[in-house]
This record gives sequence, C-alpha cells and structure tokens, in this order.
Amino acid sequence: MATQLSAADIRPRHKRVLPGLSLSLGTSLLFISLILLLPMTGLIMQSVDMGWERYWQVISDERVVASYKVTLWAALIASLFNGVFGLLLAWVLVRYDFFGRRVLDALVDLPFALPTAVAGITLATLYAQNGWYGDLLASIGIKIAYTPWGIVLAMAFTSIPFVVRTVQPVLEELSPEEEEAGMTLGASDWSVFRRVIFPALWPALMTGIALSFTRSLGEFGAVIFIAGNMPYVSEITSLMIFVSLQEFDFPAASAIASVVLMASLILLFAINIWQARYLRRLHGRN
Amino acid sequence: MSSKKHTASQLRVGDRPWVKRSLIGLTLFLTTILLVVPLIAIFQQAFVKGAGHYFTSLLEADTLHAIGLTLLVAALTVPVNLVFGVMLAWSVTRFEFPGRKLLMTLMDIPFAVSPVVAGLLYLLLYGNNGWIGSWLYEQDIQLMFAWPGIVMVTVFVTCPFVARELIPLMQQQGREDEEAAVILGASGWQLFRRVTLPNIKWALIYGVILTNARAVGEFGAVSVVSGNIRGETNTLPLHVQLQYEDYQAAAAFASASLLALIALLTLLFKAFIEWRQERQETTL
Repeated sequence: MATQLSAADIRPRHKRVLPGLSLSLGTSLLFISLILLLPMTGLIMQSVDMGWERYWQVISDERVVASYKVTLWAALIASLFNGVFGLLLAWVLVRYDFFGRRVLDALVDLPFALPTAVAGITLATLYAQNGWYGDLLASIGIKIAYTPWGIVLAMAFTSIPFVVRTVQPVLEELSPEEEEAGMTLGASDWSVFRRVIFPALWPALMTGIALSFTRSLGEFGAVIFIAGNMPYVSEITSLMIFVSLQEFDFPAASAIASVVLMASLILLFAINIWQARYLRRLHGRN
Repeated sequence: MSSKKHTASQLRVGDRPWVKRSLIGLTLFLTTILLVVPLIAIFQQAFVKGAGHYFTSLLEADTLHAIGLTLLVAALTVPVNLVFGVMLAWSVTRFEFPGRKLLMTLMDIPFAVSPVVAGLLYLLLYGNNGWIGSWLYEQDIQLMFAWPGIVMVTVFVTCPFVARELIPLMQQQGREDEEAAVILGASGWQLFRRVTLPNIKWALIYGVILTNARAVGEFGAVSVVSGNIRGETNTLPLHVQLQYEDYQAAAAFASASLLALIALLTLLFKAFIEWRQERQETTL
C-alpha cells in the first residue's frame, strides 16, 4: 500500500523514472555515427577531390544518363504494378476467409526473405528462352529476360511486400459504417469502393508505392542476372557504379553513387515526412 | 422490410459471391505465377541432375567454405545488431528528446540506400586509399577484400531490422509496467529481464530471424567489398553467382536451395508467431 502511495506521489511530477537513457541513447548515437555517418565522409571527400568539372562529366555521361532513365522507368512501372497487385493481395487477405489464406499471407514476405541473388538466377532461368515462362512467352512473341522488362520484373518481385504490408493494417481498421450505408442506399460495389474505401486507403497505398519505388531504385542482385546489362539499353545505375569499381575508377563510382545516395535520401525523408503528416491527420480526426 | 434491411446492412463491398470468387481466383493465379512457381523452380533446378549431383556439388570444398563464411558473417552480425536494435528501440520509445524523429529516420537509411552504394561507402573509407584505410594499411590491417569487410557491410545493411520490429510494439505497450517496476525498486537489468523482455520476446526473435535471413543473403554490398576470391572471401550468395556464371546452373541452384530453405524457415517462423498472437488475443 505504501509503495502505491509513493508511486502516485512521484508520477505527476513527470520525473524521468526509467533508467538507461544515457546508455541506450549513447550506444545508439555512437553506433549510427560509426556505421552510417562516418562511411559517408569517404564518399563526400572523394567527390569533392575530383572537382566539379570532372564530377559533372561523369554524372552526365551518356551511358550513365541512359542508366538513370532505365532505372527510373523500370522502378516506376514495377512500383505501380505492385500498387495494384499489392492492393488486391491486401484486400483478399483482409476481407475474405478461404482455404490457404494463411499460406498466402506468409508467402507475401517471400521476396524479403529470399536472397536477391537467388531471386535473380531463378527469374532469369524461368524467363529465359528455354525456361518455363520464356518458352511460353516466346510463342506469342514476348521477350522478357535480357530486356528492360526483365528489370521491371525483378524489381516488382523484390518489392511486392511493401504495398501489401502498408495497406493491410489500414484496411483491417476501416470501420464498416460508411461502407454499409453506401451499400444500403443501393450504390454499386465499385462506386462505394471508389468514394468511401479508396480515399481512406490511398495515403497508405501511396506510402507503399513510394517504399516499393525506393527499394526498386536500389535493387541490384535480382536485376543484374535478368537484365542482360546492355549499355544504353538495360544497364541500371547500381551496375554503373559496380562497373566503375571494377575498372578501379573510384572517383567515377563515387560521383554516380553520390547521385544515387542523394536521390534515396531525399525519397526517404519525403516518405517519412509524408507519413508523419498523414498519421497526424488520422489521429487528429479520431 | 426488416429482414431486407438486415441483409443489406451485412453486405459489404466485394461480398457478392462472384466478386469474391473472382478476386480470390485472380490473386491466387497471380501469386502462383509470381511467387509459387519461382520457389518451386529453385528446388526443381537444384535437383535437375539428380540427388547425387545435388549433394556432391554442395560438398565441394569451395561451396563448403562459402557456407562456413556465410555462417560466420551471420553469427557476428546478428549479436551486434541485436544489441543496437534493443538500445535504439529503448531510447526512442521510452524517452522524449530533441532529434528523436531524426534518429528514427537515420535508422532507415540502410533500407533506402542501394546495397552497392553501401559497399562503396565502406570501400572508400576502409580501402587502402581511404583516410582510415590508409592508416590501417600502415598497421598491416586489411579489412576490405577480406572477411571483416564483409561483416562490416552486412552490419550496415541489416542494422534496422531488430529496431524496426521492436519500436511499434514498444510504443504500443507504453511505459507504465516498467515505471511501476522501477518504483517498486527493480534495478535496470532486472527491469529489462523481468518486465521488458517477456513483453517483446517474440518481436525480438522475429527481428533476429529477419536480420539473420538478410545477413545470410546479402549480395550487392558484399560483392563490392569481397573481392570474390574463391574459397576465401566468397559468401554463399556470391558463390551462387560464380557457379551460375560458370554455366554450372545445377550447382548454383543447389547452393541457392540452401538459401531458399533459410527463407522458408523465416516465413514459417513468422506465421507461427502470428498464429500464436491471434490465439492469445482470442483466449484473453
């Protein structure tokens, strides 16, 4: 009883009761500085050393620019595909009960769990001309492996879980009242979906697509096996960094990497700010 | 009238049998093509030359070395990121301090950065020309193109996983239990061991398993810093690439099947945790 009283006495003063702030924060900051921030200094120094003219020459090289375009387009198409497919998967997993639902739910995470190199050689084998799918597709005149479409495929495969896992929780918590009201008033499934459900889902859907896009921009292991890696046609930007490294051209590799790094950092911060804003809006409404 | 209203209010979007059936059918069809068949193909390709070939290719000296190195990398990476993940999750969910949000965003960097860029960052700093690497070179310490470099980039690539699993859970659970324990006189370690750990146990284990899966399978970052020396700095994913590019497809898929098996175990474990959680919620 006495302890409870003293507890009530201490709580309202908002004293920091829990131990370990300096230990846990100190370790985290040290770790992040050593593991994340320190390595970036090398890149910055290397890029500064080479001078603006050479830097610009490397990052605006024709072959490199072609790789930006291929990477951006492929990532865009892959993430939009995952927007549709991921929404469908999330919907089916949340709304319906059917045989094998649990297996399907577990399987969604396969692309995260499977090493990208394994995904790469498997997709390349399946879609190559003598592969199970490649054979079938060749008979209707479609070629995927060793073309830019192979890049799209590999990017889509590796980022499937993002949209599903961001949309799923929102769909689960959607309250049925408005939806049922719409249905009772005789609106069609499609119009209730479009007017009631979709507006509630789209912030999560956008976040998922953006995450899928960011991941696709950086994907390497799965892509290089199936892309064919033809200059100007199917080379991704990560590969350009890799190729420069193999030629021991560290400045060129650093310059291209700095562009990729900046793009992904901007995307990361934008996604986090956007997410914080829509979470606040969500909580503000409740 | 009332019965009609009743059925109408129960009907939700997509509940009509034909809509439901066609959406489930379409999903299963696409998932089979995109996920199930590739998964089966890994094992089919691994055994395409028979079980004998499968096992002899796994027992090759280089393959065994690659397996050993991969296990070593995972065994060193996981504990480091376990400690970091718990520390980070504890600091950002149990305290308010300026820069808390920024810290959480910084933590996500390894997810957003291309693994090739990650490898390059380490190569530039710790390679023989880097400002730390050149000093290390004078001391005769070689980190890049050797196993320590592989461990370092793997730590980088996998560092967010544990914290990512813990933070939402710890935020949701709040700090009341822990505050009560402190007021009742628990020491820091007792508090963690008796109050926090039991609450976060499963998320922590899942974080560790994800870290492990990614550590075992990392390709891009490792391939930049490894130097691909057969039987020396080749991890299993790099070995898969080597064999595949050597036109030893069956051997490559045999190695890949081990990695796929780890992936499957990871998924199985996640399904188990979710099943357990649901059961707990329904019995409560």
